[in-house]
Amino acid sequence: MTTAASLARRARWRWPEFVFWLSAFGALLMPSGKYLILNEIAILALFAVSLDLILGYAGIVSLGHAAFLGAGAYTAGLLAKHVTGDPLAGLVLAIAVAALLGLVTSILVLRGSDLTRLMVTLGVASVMGEIANALPHYSGGADGLQGVVMGPLLGQFEFDLFGRTAYAYSLTTLFVLMLLARRIVHAPFGLSLMAIRRNPLRAAALGVPVNARLVAVYTLAAAYAGAAGALLAQTTAFVSLDVFEFHRSADLLLVLIIGGAGWLYGGIAGAVIYKMLQDAIATVTPQYWQFWIGLFLVAFVMIGRQRLVGGLYGLLALVRRR
Amino acid sequence: MSVVLETRGLAKRFGGLLATNGVSFQLERGARQALIGPNGAGKTTFVNLLTGVLAPTSGQVLLLGEDVTRLDPAGRVRRGLVRTFQINQLFADLTPLETLALAIGERLGQGRDWRRRVGAGDAVAEEVTRVAQQFGLADVLDRRTETLPYGKQRLLEIAASYACAPKVLLLDEPAAGVPEAERRDILDAIAALPADVSVLLIEHDMDLVFSFAKRISVLVDGTLFAEGEPEAIANDPRVRAVYLGERGDG
Repeated sequence: MTTAASLARRARWRWPEFVFWLSAFGALLMPSGKYLILNEIAILALFAVSLDLILGYAGIVSLGHAAFLGAGAYTAGLLAKHVTGDPLAGLVLAIAVAALLGLVTSILVLRGSDLTRLMVTLGVASVMGEIANALPHYSGGADGLQGVVMGPLLGQFEFDLFGRTAYAYSLTTLFVLMLLARRIVHAPFGLSLMAIRRNPLRAAALGVPVNARLVAVYTLAAAYAGAAGALLAQTTAFVSLDVFEFHRSADLLLVLIIGGAGWLYGGIAGAVIYKMLQDAIATVTPQYWQFWIGLFLVAFVMIGRQRLVGGLYGLLALVRRR
Repeated sequence: MSVVLETRGLAKRFGGLLATNGVSFQLERGARQALIGPNGAGKTTFVNLLTGVLAPTSGQVLLLGEDVTRLDPAGRVRRGLVRTFQINQLFADLTPLETLALAIGERLGQGRDWRRRVGAGDAVAEEVTRVAQQFGLADVLDRRTETLPYGKQRLLEIAASYACAPKVLLLDEPAAGVPEAERRDILDAIAALPADVSVLLIEHDMDLVFSFAKRISVLVDGTLFAEGEPEAIANDPRVRAVYLGERGDG
């Protein structure tokens, strides 16, 4: 194969991608059903894709990604409450505000080990949460932001009780931002991130301005998380302090670990699996679902994704042979 | 002959230790020069000062006549000062193709481009092919770097730096750890570097030094101890004393 063809192949669409998007959009044709959980999955997936951009591509670990989710959620919520209920306006503004917050805080993750990055990101999310808590006049405090009224999407589609419009909106946003993310990671910029994650010393020695790239991707990821926050606020017409909580960031890390970091679709796969598990277990034992998901995670990490997936393939092969 | 790389009174102090002690050094255009010295002579510190990994306590580094003392490593690379590493610093699960495309893309100023895929337009692909052929990597371009034989990894180590289009190339023990069977490939690759690339070889292996270098600088205790043509250095009784006194195999 020629060099040019090999390079072109890196960015090529693969058939499972088509299958995934067709079925995700195809779900909109279902009569009613599971739109609410599908919407949650789409939002969590977008949030996880955001983390993948910094963790999977650039190697920045974070336990405080909820800072950007929350910033986006409150921005969208406040805009809807006080100015306009137009969802897209809220989405754009939330992206801008979260990106700005990402840009400002990116300086904190440029240096230091993984451990210091974990602590710093955790700290930023805590600070954001406390700021929201300290301004109940604006944030609604512990009661959450009441009175968020969303207008129709594109002036046409009202948000319905079953969450169909919500799912269509979240999925489309996810799709568009995935197209963009796909483009970015396959571009020279994305390649430089991959190099930085693997060996920042050598990346710099090949002329990559490491810090500038990290600032850029951190800002980008914050923007993505802000979009997820906006979707969350708009499709539930509610924002609470919970959006900044530690468990948001920690669960997100789990989601990405389940799906696998560093290939964009890992965030989506992880979100699907995580939410399905949560849903399935919660139906059986509502109180103890945390126990089961914890157990699953321990097993998952001990056995390893490769072997788990390999085992599934083995099982499929066995079934087919019969 | 013009000077491409120069240091003036370069010094680096780590607490009480003066690792580099007022080194004034010159590398001329097209040079094939070696930097030798016994273990602990300060070669690594000197290289780190040249490349910008460390900031000097005092003194200057000049690249092509410009003061680059305050410039970060990536900035120096973009101006043509590139190094290789004694211990491979590669991207284990990327391919040589990606590694070379990265280096070339950055040099062409495409590194910030997020709109077009890597290798859109043919410039990068053509140059990757050219560099890969020059370094005997054309048949392994699509393999993960960590799966390559050590000699090939060593070649990639040099090829990636060469892909940055260096004006000055610092080769840090390029043949270190390479099995005898693959050693020839490395030596050939180094010998084939174009004449307009000025090369400073940092090396322990005296066979390689004397087969390659037209000029040798000897660093001892952070000080430029001796400098001259290989024959003069080989016959310099002070250099012999340093090497024979401290390293029996010199």
